[in-house]
Amino acid sequence: MGNRAQIIIVGTIFVGLGLVPLFAELTQTPFYLDLARRMMILAIGALSLNLIMGYGGLISFGHAAYIGIGAYVVGICAEHELVSGFIQWPLAIIVSGLFAIIFGLISLRTRGVYFIMITLALAQMMYFLGVSLDRYGGDDGLPLIERSNFGAVVDITNNVTLYFIVLGALVLSLLFCKRLINSRFGMVLQGTRSNETRMKTIGFPTLRYQLTAFVIAGMMAGFAGALLANHTDFINPDMMHWTRSGDLIIMVLLGGMGSLAGPVVGALAFILLEELLSGVTEYWQLIFGPFLILVVLFARGGLLGFFANKEQRDE
Amino acid sequence: MFDPNLLFEQLFNGLQLGLLLFLLAAGLTLVFGIMDMMNLAHGSLYMLGAYVAAQITLWTGSFLLGVAVSLPVILLLGVCLEAGLLRPLYARGHLDQVLATFGMILFFNEFVRLVWGPEGIEVPLPDFLKGNIIIFDIPLPNYRLVVIGVGLLVALMMYLLVTRTRTGMLIRAGASNRDMVQALGIDINRVFTLVFGIGAALAALAGALAGPILAVTIGMGENILIQVLVVIVIGGIGSIRGAFVGAMLIGIIDILGRSFLDTFFKLFLPVNAAETAGPAVASMLIYILMAAVLFFKPQGLFPAKTG
Repeated sequence: MGNRAQIIIVGTIFVGLGLVPLFAELTQTPFYLDLARRMMILAIGALSLNLIMGYGGLISFGHAAYIGIGAYVVGICAEHELVSGFIQWPLAIIVSGLFAIIFGLISLRTRGVYFIMITLALAQMMYFLGVSLDRYGGDDGLPLIERSNFGAVVDITNNVTLYFIVLGALVLSLLFCKRLINSRFGMVLQGTRSNETRMKTIGFPTLRYQLTAFVIAGMMAGFAGALLANHTDFINPDMMHWTRSGDLIIMVLLGGMGSLAGPVVGALAFILLEELLSGVTEYWQLIFGPFLILVVLFARGGLLGFFANKEQRDE
Repeated sequence: MFDPNLLFEQLFNGLQLGLLLFLLAAGLTLVFGIMDMMNLAHGSLYMLGAYVAAQITLWTGSFLLGVAVSLPVILLLGVCLEAGLLRPLYARGHLDQVLATFGMILFFNEFVRLVWGPEGIEVPLPDFLKGNIIIFDIPLPNYRLVVIGVGLLVALMMYLLVTRTRTGMLIRAGASNRDMVQALGIDINRVFTLVFGIGAALAALAGALAGPILAVTIGMGENILIQVLVVIVIGGIGSIRGAFVGAMLIGIIDILGRSFLDTFFKLFLPVNAAETAGPAVASMLIYILMAAVLFFKPQGLFPAKTG
């Protein structure tokens, strides 16, 4: 695959991301700091979705639910004056993982169209659950009284500090995915995507592998959710709305499914497109919708594939 | 206090919601079943049907005319969408289908916001359908009765179409084994255009009928679409009978859950806890039902696919 080109593109993006705080400070545009931070958090969510969708062949249309669960864990903890990040963040990851186990067990009984619909329905259930939780803001959401507190270690109430924490988290997530995909586990997962029957025949308990991947992806998304709650200082059910799940799928697809760094490129492209188009017209989705259809019809392999990958793919 | 009249009234409402869901599920389950096509834009057709009917009603003052115009307009739109945009997607994976139809939803939602504004439209009840009929001392709104009647009529017609006609035979054959139907020399694409057109018209009918009872707003299509997906999953993809049973179950359970669950919880929980848990569990009830059905029958209650 156009490995070198991919490294160059991704390297450039990360250097750029590292310079955003300086740029925002010099030009007095904190807006860009905020935008880039949101983009990176969504990129972590998209990376986790890519694990199951790109490498596992499991099209989950409910991935935003785990981001929401992670965010709600942080929000609910803060509401009960449990502000230590050392407790909140691991708890967010664990709780999202538990939900992923249950939802995974239900949805992985099925395949194809069923799987898409069930993940969508379960995520929407979480959305309605969020709406009905009056104690935690219900429909309106809940302001985060205080960001996660890491004591003397690091103070994320500073926006730039939080920015670099998120950047670090993104880099770690990317490295984690790389390790995972190239491990034996990742090979089995990809083998199952290509031919589940064959893998079963060879003797792999494919369901167990897929469920594990599903849960890992859910936990990663839950982590992104914990970051997102701190980023927006606010939680609300909209984080789990099914259109958010759709956004994540778009990011993965824009970047190029099943390529490691694709989701990062996709998240960047998505956020930039959103900003650009909404600057052109208030009715930006009037353009974005057809654009999406065109991408589906003509740019298979996503943007990263479209630009960087004129050579043969190696798989 | 438990009130049997209220129970009857809510059963009635559940029946009405169920039939509304059936109007949407009947077409969509065939689209999923026959072409193995993931179409999310069905909710948009429902929304557009509601808006067109509402607009015509407001212009002319005639609700019937609104319904009568909305149906063919949306049918035509559906057929154009199918031929122009969806057909190239049949050969693609589900993911491409999801994204392209998601793109359509974004487009149509924004289109509606551009044309009709973000506020939504109020549709007045037609005069001749106002008022109630009293049955066993319980007032039942005429309009809801009409919705139930229309829903049952459509269900009957769909049943006759699918089980008693040659077209219906092809539809059933297509749902259980598309390749075999094609191998026998039937142009399955034509069958599918027909099915999609019927589905679009039924969605428009559901939208038009929902107008006076529910709000005609931009998100209306998606909210109901998710419930319809649950109906289809429970009923079994490609099965009209499954869609009907699923829709009735979902409609009635959803409404009863919302009205009685907190009363039920108060029997054994403190009032405070019951008032929190009631609405929360009620909003999850249909999804829990779906999970339970899938646990025992992963292919739904009435699977249409045979291998």
